[in-house]
Amino acid sequence: MSAALSSSAPSPGWLHRALRHRAFVIGAALSLLLVLAAALSLVWTPWSPYEMDLAAKLQPPTGTHWLGTDAFGRDVASLLLVGARNSILVGVIAVGIGLSIGTALGLLAAAKRGWVEELIMRLADFTFAFPAILSAIMMTAVFGAGIVNSIIAIGIFNIPTFARVTRASANAVWSREYIMAARACGKGGWRITIEHVLPNILSVLIVQATIQFAIAILAEAALSYLGLGTQPPQPSWGRMLSEAQTLMFQAPLLAVWPGVAIALAVLGLNLLGDGLRDLLDPRLSRKR
Amino acid sequence: MGLFFLKRFVTLLATLVGASIVVFLVLEILPGNAAQILMGPDASPEAVAALAAKLGLDQPASLRYWQWVSGLVVGNMGDSYAYSSPVLDLVLERLALTVPLALMAMAITTVLALAAGVYAAARHNKLGDVGVMGLAQVGIAIPNFWFAILLILLFSVKLQWFSAGGFPGWTEDAGGSPLEAFKALLLPAIALAVVQAAILARITRSAVLEVLREDFVRTARAKGLSQRAALWGHVLRNAMIPVITVMGLQFANLLAGTIVVENVFYLPGLGRLIFQSIANRDLIVVRNCVMLLAAMVVVVNFVVDILYAVIDPRVKASDI
Repeated sequence: MSAALSSSAPSPGWLHRALRHRAFVIGAALSLLLVLAAALSLVWTPWSPYEMDLAAKLQPPTGTHWLGTDAFGRDVASLLLVGARNSILVGVIAVGIGLSIGTALGLLAAAKRGWVEELIMRLADFTFAFPAILSAIMMTAVFGAGIVNSIIAIGIFNIPTFARVTRASANAVWSREYIMAARACGKGGWRITIEHVLPNILSVLIVQATIQFAIAILAEAALSYLGLGTQPPQPSWGRMLSEAQTLMFQAPLLAVWPGVAIALAVLGLNLLGDGLRDLLDPRLSRKR
Repeated sequence: MGLFFLKRFVTLLATLVGASIVVFLVLEILPGNAAQILMGPDASPEAVAALAAKLGLDQPASLRYWQWVSGLVVGNMGDSYAYSSPVLDLVLERLALTVPLALMAMAITTVLALAAGVYAAARHNKLGDVGVMGLAQVGIAIPNFWFAILLILLFSVKLQWFSAGGFPGWTEDAGGSPLEAFKALLLPAIALAVVQAAILARITRSAVLEVLREDFVRTARAKGLSQRAALWGHVLRNAMIPVITVMGLQFANLLAGTIVVENVFYLPGLGRLIFQSIANRDLIVVRNCVMLLAAMVVVVNFVVDILYAVIDPRVKASDI
């Protein structure tokens, strides 16, 4: 399935195919833009995102303030750049939680089968009853609003998704003949999982990770919009939208920029995921 | 069919019990003293102890869980601390908005997605397909609450066709009318539906393309059916299994999405009740509302499982 991926670094042929894949190129470019915006905000922003200037509030886009200013006179472009950092942070940690715990559970279920598999999958079913926003609401109801709680809630929501995807792909690998050969050589379940199963499901996990990353950005934006996620003064795209909504009659553009930023980030990650799926697993791309 | 239904029903009950344990553990046990949370950090220890006794928090957790669950079965959810009224009454009042909103959104989702998905599949790799799928890709990336804001900007601020928020009620006693209520829910339903329709359109297209390659479709065409008749009469029914699976999951997302979208439009639904109850630290309301939403998600998935068997008898046969 993912021989190219598991064996070594991408070959020149892979790179050639990647550069000709339109969705992959657009997705990679938009995702890179998100990372660059976040990285740039660490060293430079046009204005300080925390500096208020009430005399310059609600300005339209100008040469001085490229995307205008908000109700506190803060530079919108600078807020967007720093907001990218926030989105990446949430995505990386939330996907990290889901990927590490979910993959481990999925691999365990596939390796042990029987009641262990049944138990893990039924537990995954229970958590599926709580969409990300619902589990985040439970967390914030108990522990209060904040970025840490929202990251944990989104991460918990990711666990059953990765567990299911891992188990389904790992089960397919476990039924292959080379696993039987590895067993015949005396390798134990743990070693087979690490040496044979995991490398062969890596492409599926990478694709799923990009999709969950996009979902995490959307969930964090929704929570911050509700006031349950990132708290002031830390800039966040979701909260910028909630602040802009109260000023729709005076400054409608304020409600446009953060949404465009979220949509471009999510679009980029989704296209990247689609492209990677086609490139890493040609059988799937033929099915589409 | 009987055994299949029974097995699924037992799984449904087990999932509901599991979900209720999760909700109870997170919202009743994890916070420690719920009375302290309700009254805030400045409350005197005596007042907290009195409220704890009133809420029955001095009883063992297992007994409290049993009382809560057995109350739920007979429709007794306890009393709201902030609203001083039965939680059931509050929930029923809010459901009269949230359920029609979710159903409207689901209807719009289904119509848009099936039309777009079948259209794109019928024009596979042509301009229509690329255009519709490009739009779907953008639709998936748009946060529903931002789309809601854009709808308000266009239809309320610019064109002034709709009000920017609020809900007049379904009856004239409440100060509204069915038509006005429907109008107030239309923009929120569209905001909820567009993103889900984009996802479902992609699934529909893939499923239809898969079935179009089957031999029986060629046979149907060979016996003289037009492409349109074969598409709507034979292909779509056979492509419905993955479509219905995703629709089940999407209804869950729509219900969760109402929490955000109701807040954008200031609609007094279940989502807004949960949000306000968190602000009021009214954990009793939060617990029951979260359980209700989770139960709806589980029940919808159960219905989807049953629908599988009705649409495709092979599912049932392989399961037993």
